[in-house]
Amino acid sequence: MAFEPNEPQEKIKYDEMRIYSDEELNNYTEEELKNFKTKHDTPMCDDLESGPWPSFVADAKREALHRRKLADDRILLSAETVEDTLGQLEDSFVDGETHWKHGGIVGVFGYGGGVIGRYSDLQEKYPAVAHFHTLRVNQPMSKFYNTDFLRTICDLWEYRGSGMMNMHGSTGDIILLGTTTEQLEPIFYQMTHEMQQDLGGSGSNLRSPSCCLGRARCEWSCIDTQDMCYELTHYYQDELHRPAFPYKFKFKFDGCPNGCVASIARSDMSFIGTWKDDIRIDQDAVQAYIAGDIAPNGGAHAGKDWGKFDIQKEVINLCPTACMWMEDGKLMIDNKECTRCMHCINTMPQALRPGADTGVSILFGAKAPILEGAQMAVLTVPFMKCEPPYENIKDLVEKVWDWWMEEGKNRERLGELIQRWGLPKFLEVIGLPPMPQMVTEPRSNPYIFWKAEEVPGGFKRNIEDYRVKHMR
Amino acid sequence: MPTLEFEGNTFNVDEDGFIDDFNNWNEDWVKYVKTTEGIEELTDEHWKVITVVQDYYKKNGIAPMVRILSKVTGFKLKYIYELFPSGPGKGACKMAGLPKPTGCV
Ligand code: HEM
Ligand code: HEM
Ligand code: SF4
Ligand code: SF4
Repeated sequence: MAFEPNEPQEKIKYDEMRIYSDEELNNYTEEELKNFKTKHDTPMCDDLESGPWPSFVADAKREALHRRKLADDRILLSAETVEDTLGQLEDSFVDGETHWKHGGIVGVFGYGGGVIGRYSDLQEKYPAVAHFHTLRVNQPMSKFYNTDFLRTICDLWEYRGSGMMNMHGSTGDIILLGTTTEQLEPIFYQMTHEMQQDLGGSGSNLRSPSCCLGRARCEWSCIDTQDMCYELTHYYQDELHRPAFPYKFKFKFDGCPNGCVASIARSDMSFIGTWKDDIRIDQDAVQAYIAGDIAPNGGAHAGKDWGKFDIQKEVINLCPTACMWMEDGKLMIDNKECTRCMHCINTMPQALRPGADTGVSILFGAKAPILEGAQMAVLTVPFMKCEPPYENIKDLVEKVWDWWMEEGKNRERLGELIQRWGLPKFLEVIGLPPMPQMVTEPRSNPYIFWKAEEVPGGFKRNIEDYRVKHMR
Repeated sequence: MPTLEFEGNTFNVDEDGFIDDFNNWNEDWVKYVKTTEGIEELTDEHWKVITVVQDYYKKNGIAPMVRILSKVTGFKLKYIYELFPSGPGKGACKMAGLPKPTGCV
């Protein structure tokens, strides 16, 4: 099914929106580039132009030259922004320390986040990066673009920013790197009024959700990650733009356990597609793999000779639950013992497919080390159906938020709150009974809490009654 | 640190327009910040938020969490944004003379 946006979308036509002419966009020659000297000497940066990997220094120099050759009134920031960035970076390489000042609070009216303010601590030396604020721009799901959109945003950013970007931030946003405070509202105005494009999240709020490319280009996607990510991003715009939480909160959506957007490690609420019926087997294709007609793993190991494909060795013996075997030349799977790890499917994509009865597992609490140590998400909802408009998912999200917003301490991630209060309390909050699937192993210590009502007679005891039987 | 003059006052501010010291706050500061934070008219409700933020800061040495600010003032977050378009941090705390919010903003 083709993707349907929630609201009518105007097609962005670059020809109508463009700021620069073709001549301006191609305003230098390779010859000029070779002879181009940047404003500051940057020997350590220059070193990073060698080697086969695309060099960010080389790219920055192209941009620096390009900006030098644009007319003064064709860019609103200094033409030397890129060169001063390199200059300050060089100083940092030499000193081994950062030259950005602490923090920075800037933004646009109506929102409490979306812009990361930053100021240089070497403003006299590098005036063009005295202000160097970063805008987070909410990316389209799975980062599919057309060139009209990209060219339009590039023109806007060349004109009102540094021309440098990060495609994309780890959370997912398009990152526009470096502009001044005065430019923030005009950029925001143009993005919203002319491009139907909003900012992403920053601060103690819902950050920009992101997803794997899902059904757009992957036969394993058990859920429509893009639709779900888009729907929840729209539905929770308020929570994204106006920080109301004890700390940041992230959603990520993986279509299957392969985890191409790493939701299990990088989101407070991780959605991972799965299935609960049987793996679909095409026995003819299994035979084709065995015969060597189809390369295993889609040819992923073609770079080295690993010998002829051996289904026993490469699939059956590697199944973590040992629930596969060959019988009369047929591949058999005991699906009730399968943990849906994806290994066999990954190895023989043309022979095996996830089941058809699909949904999501929901895991909570992943976070980076600060403060209480790194956490991956903990499986909490083993399986949940998930169809538009995702009412059941939204219900769950809101139960979690209500609790965390009330009980979470200042700057306490959900994962830390769950640790502090315990998983049983969290299960109570979201209204799920405890299940064996929620733990890797039962606890080994005996510090077990009981509720008063679970203990016959409760906790109120009188020592006098005890003394009747046990003398002091 | 830049200084700025406003109605006979001199304020030291940082690049984000936050005042250097809570003790240098006065009502003229509020009138000045109003001009940069998209506020047309200062109402009793603005003052209520400012007073709550200041009282909390004097007592606890930190700005209140958004949730606490909402609870004590009785204003929903949406309404706080109506009062202070830059929000409780950049808007209200700046006006109230509190130190600049920090962390992963
Ligand atoms: C002033 C301080 C900070 C700044 C300017 C900052 C900036 C950023 C930026 C620009 C991104 C990328 C956003 C995106 O991809 O959309 C990011 C991601 C991230 N930040 Fe920060 N950050 C700060 C502090 C912190 C702190 C204190 C932590 C940990 C407690 C943290 C943890 C992370 C993590 C884990 C990610 C990646 C999230 C992901 O993989 O989805 N950051 N940060
Ligand atoms: C001089 C002081 C103490 C001595 C000589 C002592 C001795 C012992 C001994 C011999 C055991 C049995 C160990 C076993 O099962 O192999 C024991 C168990 C235990 N002791 Fe102590 N103990 C002392 C103080 C304390 C204190 C102050 C506490 C707690 C505040 C305590 C808590 C326990 C507990 C919880 C057990 C385990 C009971 C069980 O397994 O059911 N003991 N102690
Ligand atoms: S997570 Fe699964 S469904 Fe999504 S792109 Fe990766 S392999 Fe495909
Ligand atoms: S998905 Fe994993 S657990 Fe299930 S049968 Fe395949 S290899 Fe075994």
